[in-house]
Amino acid sequence: MPYSIVAIGTSWGGLSALTNLLGGLPEEFPIPIVVVQHRSKDSDRLLAQLLGDATPLKVCEVEDKDALCAGTVHVAPANYHILVESGHLSLTTEEPVRFSRPSIDVMFTSAADTYRSETIGIILTGANEDGASGLAHIVKRGGRALIQDPKTAEIPIMPEAAVQAVPTAEVLGLDDLAPRLLELSRGAAKVDRRTAV
Amino acid sequence: MAVQIAEVPDTGAEPDRQAFKPDLERIEIELLLEGIFRHYGFDFRAYAYASIRRRLWKRIEEEKLPSMSALQERVLHEPAMMEKLLLDLSINVTAMFRDPSFYITFRQHVVPLLRTYPFIRIWHAGCSTGEEVYSMAMLLREEGLYDRSRIYATDINEVVLQRAKAGIFPLERMQEYTDNYMRAGGKRSFSEYYTAKYGGALFDQSLTKNVVFSQHNLVTDRSFSEFNVILCRNVLIYFDKTLQSKVHSLFYDSLAMFGVLVLGSKETLRFMSHEECYQQMAPPEKIFRKVR
Ligand SMILES: C[S@@+](CC[C@H](N)C(=O)[O-])C[C@H]1O[C@@H](n2cnc3c(N)ncnc32)[C@H](O)[C@@H]1O
Repeated sequence: MPYSIVAIGTSWGGLSALTNLLGGLPEEFPIPIVVVQHRSKDSDRLLAQLLGDATPLKVCEVEDKDALCAGTVHVAPANYHILVESGHLSLTTEEPVRFSRPSIDVMFTSAADTYRSETIGIILTGANEDGASGLAHIVKRGGRALIQDPKTAEIPIMPEAAVQAVPTAEVLGLDDLAPRLLELSRGAAKVDRRTAV
Repeated sequence: MAVQIAEVPDTGAEPDRQAFKPDLERIEIELLLEGIFRHYGFDFRAYAYASIRRRLWKRIEEEKLPSMSALQERVLHEPAMMEKLLLDLSINVTAMFRDPSFYITFRQHVVPLLRTYPFIRIWHAGCSTGEEVYSMAMLLREEGLYDRSRIYATDINEVVLQRAKAGIFPLERMQEYTDNYMRAGGKRSFSEYYTAKYGGALFDQSLTKNVVFSQHNLVTDRSFSEFNVILCRNVLIYFDKTLQSKVHSLFYDSLAMFGVLVLGSKETLRFMSHEECYQQMAPPEKIFRKVR
């Protein structure tokens, strides 16, 4: 299997987009998924619960040094940055990056540096530009970038910024993301369909 | 599948001065940390790698250096560069009454235990600029326990300890702290504890009457007393698992039987060798009681 991690970033509108995307994946989806969703620093474990109800995958809020697991969605806790290490996740309270903690850029960058071409980055709906440079970093390290089509996004700012930073990314409607991920997880279609034409 | 990569504009976090060679970079980082340990005695060798790497790159970018090895050259030959790096490597972000629910739970579940002791010894390990220590001092005073308490507040970093001793915190954070204080079960008015002075909020000096601030390195220094409560929140997250385990031995040895260990809200004792020696008191709060 060519991919070891799926890194997802979103802010405004993220809950329903994530519900849609994760709800479309089967319990035995073989790649660990890490999610950064911007939210208030006091919000509790509710996000993980809501997502858990929407998908057959196991959803847990990250605790320090949690092992990355197949079939599991690891959700960044409020008010911590998440760093992807080889096989596990670390937390840090470093200062917010672009006003965000957790920061999508921080998570994406560390995922790319650890898993390089085995990384898939996905940017969904959102109201700021966090994640764009992280997604570019994933591609720079040889990984793959998917972006929710801004036209299908509740707020298009985040996916638009991502498209601008990564013009080669695959831009897909919300409903097409889960099937595409499944396809990638099977190791199929290793050549980007758009660059292949 | 790597074909399209070259065309992507480089907006990545670090300069792409040479092709990324993670294995080589790891060697460079390990050599640098080994050098720092052997030359200066600061042991960062078992800190969590991704975080250390991120902080090192920050310094490299700020100094406009070409590589990790170039940083090594500067750090080993210039003590001033080591000073800078020490500040980079210690992440001191903290707040008063951070995680208010922890303080509520502490009042409900730990304070009743502490009441049964004639004398209470508390260790804040990795206290940073002291906000957590002042918070605990307020709580103990409000519960009528302060006068029989002794608080040892330690950190690896001298600079933050000096700030902690001074007890002057940014005025602009007082709104947030007032809010936290109320949600943490505070019994008075938060503004009673400070006066606007010296361009900041100067905290009531009697709060530190029973506090000893001193430098202590969790990696290389030993236990220095026996405590009823040890708080170490958001410090061990910067260590790798092996080092975490080692520091947990230090805590275990420094804790009286039935003493209480407090970790940060996203930390766990899972897979630590002393896991089964503790009972979690009020999940999900990370308050553990030593039971064997
Ligand atoms: C993020 S702060 C935590 C502050 C406070 N406990 C809190 O939770 O708000 C981490 C602190 O750990 C300290 N630290 C890092 N390595 C240490 C070591 N080896 N020994 C003692 N303190 C250390 C840093 O200097 C920093 O002040």
